[in-house]
Amino acid sequence: MTWPRPHLQLGLPPRPDALDKASGREKYACDFYPPGLLWAGVKRAGVPHARLRGLNLAAARALPGVTAVLAAADVPGVNRQGVVQKDQPVLVDDKVRYSGDALALVVASDQATLARALALIETDLEPLAPVLDPEEALLPGAPLVHPERPQGNLLLEGRVTTGQGAAALEGCAVVVEASFDLPRQEHAYLETENGWAQMGQDGRLTMVASTQTPFRDRLEVAEVLGLEPGRLRMVAPYCGGAFGGKDGVTVQSLLGLAALHAGGRPVKMWLSREESILASSKRHPARLRYRLGSDDQGRLQALEARIIYDTGPYDHLGGAVLTLGLEHAAGPYRIPHVDLHGQAVYTNNPIGGAFRGFGVPQVAAAMEQTMDLLATRLGLDPLELRRQNALKRGDVNPVGVTLAGSTGLAQCLEAVAGHRQWKEAPAWRAAAPAGQRRGVGLAAVLHGMGYGPVIPDVANAKVELTGEGVFRVYCGVVDMGQGNAGTFLQLAGLVLGQEAEGLELVLPDTDRTLPSGSSSASRTTYTFANALLPAAQALKERLLARAADALFATPAEMALVPGAVRHRPSGRTLPLAQLAKMLSPEERTATHRYRAPVVPERPSADPALQLHGLPHGVFSYAVHLARVEVDELTGLARVTGYLVAADCGQVLNPQVWEQQMQGGVAQGLGYALMEELPAPAGQPQHTDLATYLIPTALDLPPIECLAVPSWEESGPLGLKGCGEIGIDGPLPAVGNALAQALGRHLPQAPFTPERVLMALQEDGKGAGS
Amino acid sequence: MILHFTLNGQATRVECDPDRRVVDLLRQDLGLTGVKEACGAGECGACAILLDGVPRLSCLLLAAQLAGHEVLTIEGLAGGEAPHPLQEAFARAGAVQCGFCTPGMVLASHALLARQPRPSRQEIAQAIAGNLCRCTGYHKIIDAVRLAAGLSEDDS
Repeated sequence: MTWPRPHLQLGLPPRPDALDKASGREKYACDFYPPGLLWAGVKRAGVPHARLRGLNLAAARALPGVTAVLAAADVPGVNRQGVVQKDQPVLVDDKVRYSGDALALVVASDQATLARALALIETDLEPLAPVLDPEEALLPGAPLVHPERPQGNLLLEGRVTTGQGAAALEGCAVVVEASFDLPRQEHAYLETENGWAQMGQDGRLTMVASTQTPFRDRLEVAEVLGLEPGRLRMVAPYCGGAFGGKDGVTVQSLLGLAALHAGGRPVKMWLSREESILASSKRHPARLRYRLGSDDQGRLQALEARIIYDTGPYDHLGGAVLTLGLEHAAGPYRIPHVDLHGQAVYTNNPIGGAFRGFGVPQVAAAMEQTMDLLATRLGLDPLELRRQNALKRGDVNPVGVTLAGSTGLAQCLEAVAGHRQWKEAPAWRAAAPAGQRRGVGLAAVLHGMGYGPVIPDVANAKVELTGEGVFRVYCGVVDMGQGNAGTFLQLAGLVLGQEAEGLELVLPDTDRTLPSGSSSASRTTYTFANALLPAAQALKERLLARAADALFATPAEMALVPGAVRHRPSGRTLPLAQLAKMLSPEERTATHRYRAPVVPERPSADPALQLHGLPHGVFSYAVHLARVEVDELTGLARVTGYLVAADCGQVLNPQVWEQQMQGGVAQGLGYALMEELPAPAGQPQHTDLATYLIPTALDLPPIECLAVPSWEESGPLGLKGCGEIGIDGPLPAVGNALAQALGRHLPQAPFTPERVLMALQEDGKGAGS
Repeated sequence: MILHFTLNGQATRVECDPDRRVVDLLRQDLGLTGVKEACGAGECGACAILLDGVPRLSCLLLAAQLAGHEVLTIEGLAGGEAPHPLQEAFARAGAVQCGFCTPGMVLASHALLARQPRPSRQEIAQAIAGNLCRCTGYHKIIDAVRLAAGLSEDDS
């Protein structure tokens, strides 16, 4: 039974993917159970640092129903994976570097047998002293995570200085200084890492996986398996959430290896929630020390920032995360003298990797709370201080890049300044009932788009008129839930003049769609739509010309209408199905490659920083406002109102844009108030969603979103990315509101009742504020 | 054991171990993959089904507990000709992003509307508080339930 397809119109709901998801019909990677299915799973280390002396696999191998038990020696290609640095073993061959490391892989007939076989594997591990603190990791004599590396535990160090650097602080009328400690955050996407794979009789391996990066995965998995990439087909259905956690290989290499040993049968691997939390990457815990100076009027003069990210045992994307943090460390302000210094440090803790925001939420937390300290010191209104220093188009940003494109921060500040939640803030604070304290905090943030100057930020779009006269849009970049695939369909419909019935979508598939990079970095719609619009336009022009030829007319007389090309003067139509029959498959297909522009400035001569993405040229901007109410008895801080005003260029789909803002803010409020994954002794303290708490429907305030549109010349229809700007601001906005309520900043996030209560009690002892 | 129950309005007979998890029975044996699994421990609500009209977590139920009962999964909510009004409302209100929580959310909302046809925003939030969503921030889900109930922002 099929339902009538809802109308398709750019700018209007419903999202084209919504109804299939709401009906349970959409098939995610985890929803496939092909006949003859085998199950694969891994034995994890469970200790943070150890030498692997041996594995006894005999009992597991002897268990009936076990197809294969595999160890490092069974990896046919290179037993190292990683996006930038290949430093992570698929299966441990020498030593364990974190408790989630995989030691052995089992393939079995069913889940129960798999679990029994995994339990029968005996490991011989010689414990090594772990290194668990990123600052201690840099001291001489610290245990080394990768002893072969000449830089020791330092994954990447970066420095950007402008003007006189930190020396300029000497000449400042006012200098404030603060330190910040930010937690490890778990992605907690609902669909845990999974996929299924099968080796075909033709010697080709097909894999369906929940991933943000099918094309890059293909290259990585091919190298691990020792196969030509052409022998791998990766298919990426809609993800059940990802947020950066599926940027890079999760189960794919293991699953591919399992498929090589499955005798041609399909193999499935699906991490439990516990295993997902144990093994997956997280938002980097960070320590930051800031010194910010201004003149006596509040004009920012100098900033010194010291940034340490705990990147865990493997690079993953840790170097790139640090570099984006470094680039954004000084916030969206004019500051003539900066000295920004960052280090990403290996430890035996959980892996630090990509998570929505990608290093920016940490530095925004530090910069924006330091801005409020400065405002307090100067006796200036926090909004006024930001207004005075806000970057505008034509300015040079703190790392030395001229902002030649849309720069709408000032407009965002004005939108907040004129909003009820800001104007009524003093009255609202004053009306706090007994036992409650209230504060209203701001944060101004920016977020760069794309991969930076070295790694080509490319998309390849393809649009085809099928033999049946339907337009097929080949989407080369994953939709992990943000709705870009539906927007692509709408954009194609807009150019080609078609309704829903005339359009089909092909989700990423390395055999069918073209490589278009990752679904990440606020670049997904920006980059792919910039390829798609010209592809659709080229196909349209070709079809109009060929239809005109067929009707002895000129292309200017023709129009694409739903299902047909019409000769406008005569009203004669040529159905698309008929036109398609007159064309070769090549003629019915158009492709377009787009590479995002890069800026010519080089804030650092260090090629490693450039490779990792420094600098960017296009930024989204936002101002966040949080109203916070603190219970003096319990220390519970509740956010009772939230506002975000954001410049993301032109907004193509207002509802989809608001989904991104609200969703980003919701995750950011979790980060601010409740989410924290400590790893004492290198073990995640929480391994389930009953103890690692994320916001529920009862935990979030109304989240008001104001689009402050600008026109981004480089963007498709003026658009800029909007996927991450929502998560950059909640923590500092809440922190600043709390500071107003408590009379002091809390150095450590999240702002749990315990930490708030301690600050209140210190006040009670007469420490003052 | 041989198990008889009503599944999405159809009398159903299956043979399975009595201690098979219902989420596995539904997804793997019966192909109803609209029932999602995201924690396996009763923490997230993604695997929610309605058992005699009451939301239950299928990852915490064993097959034998279905005997003689009425089970509704997301696949059985709509009549066949068109989506259920709640599904329409979820799509229209922007309540669906990655969509992995959506089947459980829709069923939890359906059960709420059956007992409270005019729920307040707070009542809806309470009814779906056991269903985690990591994408939306929940407000558009609450909007969707209000839309399906025919309530506007001005109604209380």
